Amino acid sequence: MTLQLETAADKTTTAEPATAGRRTKGRRAPKTGWKAAIKRDWRLYTLIILPLLYFLVFRYLPMIGNVIAFRRFRPGGNIFGETWVGFQYFQLFINDPSFWQAFQNTIILGLLTLVFTFPMPIIFALLLNELRSRRLKKFVQTAAYLPHFMSIVIIAGMILQIFSLNGTINQISQALFGTTVNFTQDAGWFRPMYISSEVWQTMGWGAILYLAALTRVDESLYEAAKLDGANRWQQTWHVTLPAIRPTIITLLILNIGTFMAVGFEKILLIYNPLNYATSDVISTYLYRVGLESSNFSYAAAIGIFESVIGLTLILSANALSRRLAGTSLW
Amino acid sequence: MVKGTIVKETMLPRKERTDATPKRTLRDDPAFRTAPALRESTLMKAFRAFNILFLCAVVFITLYPFLNIIAQSFSSEGYINSGQVNLYPKGFNVETYKVILADGAFWRNYGNTVLYTVVATAISMVLTTSFAYAIAKKDLKGRGLFIGLAVFTMFFNGGLIPNYVLITSLGMRDTIWAIVLPNAISVFNLLIMKSFFENMPRELEEAASIDGLTQYGILFRIVLPLSKAIVATMVLFYAVANWNSWFSAFLYLDKPDLFPVTIYLRNMIAGVTTAGSAGGTAENVDQIAANIQSVTIVLTVLPILCIYPFVQKYFFSGVMLGSVKE
Repeated sequence: MTLQLETAADKTTTAEPATAGRRTKGRRAPKTGWKAAIKRDWRLYTLIILPLLYFLVFRYLPMIGNVIAFRRFRPGGNIFGETWVGFQYFQLFINDPSFWQAFQNTIILGLLTLVFTFPMPIIFALLLNELRSRRLKKFVQTAAYLPHFMSIVIIAGMILQIFSLNGTINQISQALFGTTVNFTQDAGWFRPMYISSEVWQTMGWGAILYLAALTRVDESLYEAAKLDGANRWQQTWHVTLPAIRPTIITLLILNIGTFMAVGFEKILLIYNPLNYATSDVISTYLYRVGLESSNFSYAAAIGIFESVIGLTLILSANALSRRLAGTSLW
Repeated sequence: MVKGTIVKETMLPRKERTDATPKRTLRDDPAFRTAPALRESTLMKAFRAFNILFLCAVVFITLYPFLNIIAQSFSSEGYINSGQVNLYPKGFNVETYKVILADGAFWRNYGNTVLYTVVATAISMVLTTSFAYAIAKKDLKGRGLFIGLAVFTMFFNGGLIPNYVLITSLGMRDTIWAIVLPNAISVFNLLIMKSFFENMPRELEEAASIDGLTQYGILFRIVLPLSKAIVATMVLFYAVANWNSWFSAFLYLDKPDLFPVTIYLRNMIAGVTTAGSAGGTAENVDQIAANIQSVTIVLTVLPILCIYPFVQKYFFSGVMLGSVKE
């Protein structure tokens, strides 16, 4: 969807694309020519025309549009640029210290996000699974999913208020330590602010797929484990966790794939020049140089760099998990 | 997902099983028979109590920002400013609500949000349903290519700048099309619908086609009436995403009359529209900012909060549909 590829869809995507692709190969219809196929299924093909046009215009044309990274571009002119300039814009950003600062911030925020926000939904799902009261479970779930349905603008508004000088966090800090901190302006506090709000936002909804996987664990495995004398903790460790491992790995690969895109919209809404030192990531930097300063080609070059790293990350995560864990997206 | 692997991987490794064996013999000993069970049950009780407390704490922390915003929206700015407003309003008043609700711009933008949500959701549904229905047909020639084209865009996209250049050069700036077209198909939703259509009994469609229905007829008279649940779920997915979206509007709309309410709120947070323009006076602009923001936030989330308890099960089942692969 939007640049973040629609947080909801993105984070909960599953092994679907891979299985879909694989299945098609196996069950392709007996070789019929295009002519015969169109004659038989022309109605289906008419259904495809508009969506296909959508993908070509709004998804694939922009991919080709990336050539402006190699060409001089005049706003309002040809969308594919005017003249070839080679790798000039790439050299420009490679020698740009602001870019490398944004690069470093992206890596740090990405790693922190992975370390802190990835395991939380798993723990949450496991704890939720231990609840005996169905009503309490339902209540906790309903409450925990709520942030997922809020616009990122609203979440940003809440973050800025909670962390503001007279917000709740500072009230607590005042009561405990007698000092207040300007969290939203202080570069040193941006990362804790970002990560803690990220955990708050994603923990509940992120647990959904794990909860689904947990309902499919074979009960007899627990019986067997009990017979072997395993206590509840050992059952969790030896039965539950291995059972949801494919889910964990799938989501981990997808998370690694969106590593470079770290919460672009959220950062754009909550950062400010005073904390650029820690808050400015590649996507926000790209946004500023590209759209606020109109350096389209320069920003497109950075965009290509970002996409290539993203694609490399997801491909290598996938290959690694196939080799080490035997589970992969494709 | 990947169902077959579960059983294989959950088999206890041999080592663990041999480790557990001596325990069983220990348990047979009368001296050990009661003690470990007792100890474990108190431990389990403690764990359960802790677990309930912990999850209640999670619920509280999750809901706290919402309660805080609601409390602030009804409080007077003096209390907000001295950091005294937490869970309930202090200096209760509805003045700010009156100011915002009397603001023409707010209502115009609210109306835009409704308009964009309805149009965008309609377009998305038409495109997603027709594409999903066609690619769910296993014997459609070129199916693999069509699926591949869609799925590839999940992992690789053109990026901000080329998209911006494209929309601008298509002349879509400051029109509704820049909001409702560029993100019309969510591949995730597309794949959920596709797998739903794939799981429909084939006999149904075969019978319909023997009865002389064309592929259009089958889709509109047989398949869609049977797909109300999934269609409802998809409508909800798209509607919520559109209601919440702000970035396309932020990029492509310059005229305040066209803004959705998320941009109204965003500009307020970013301090572009100062509180002054919404009724404050110059001296207390900063002071009442928090209050005005809270009121706008409450008014924006209200529709979602109202329908949320009733529709959340559809979201859940939608995600399930997308993840359960046979």
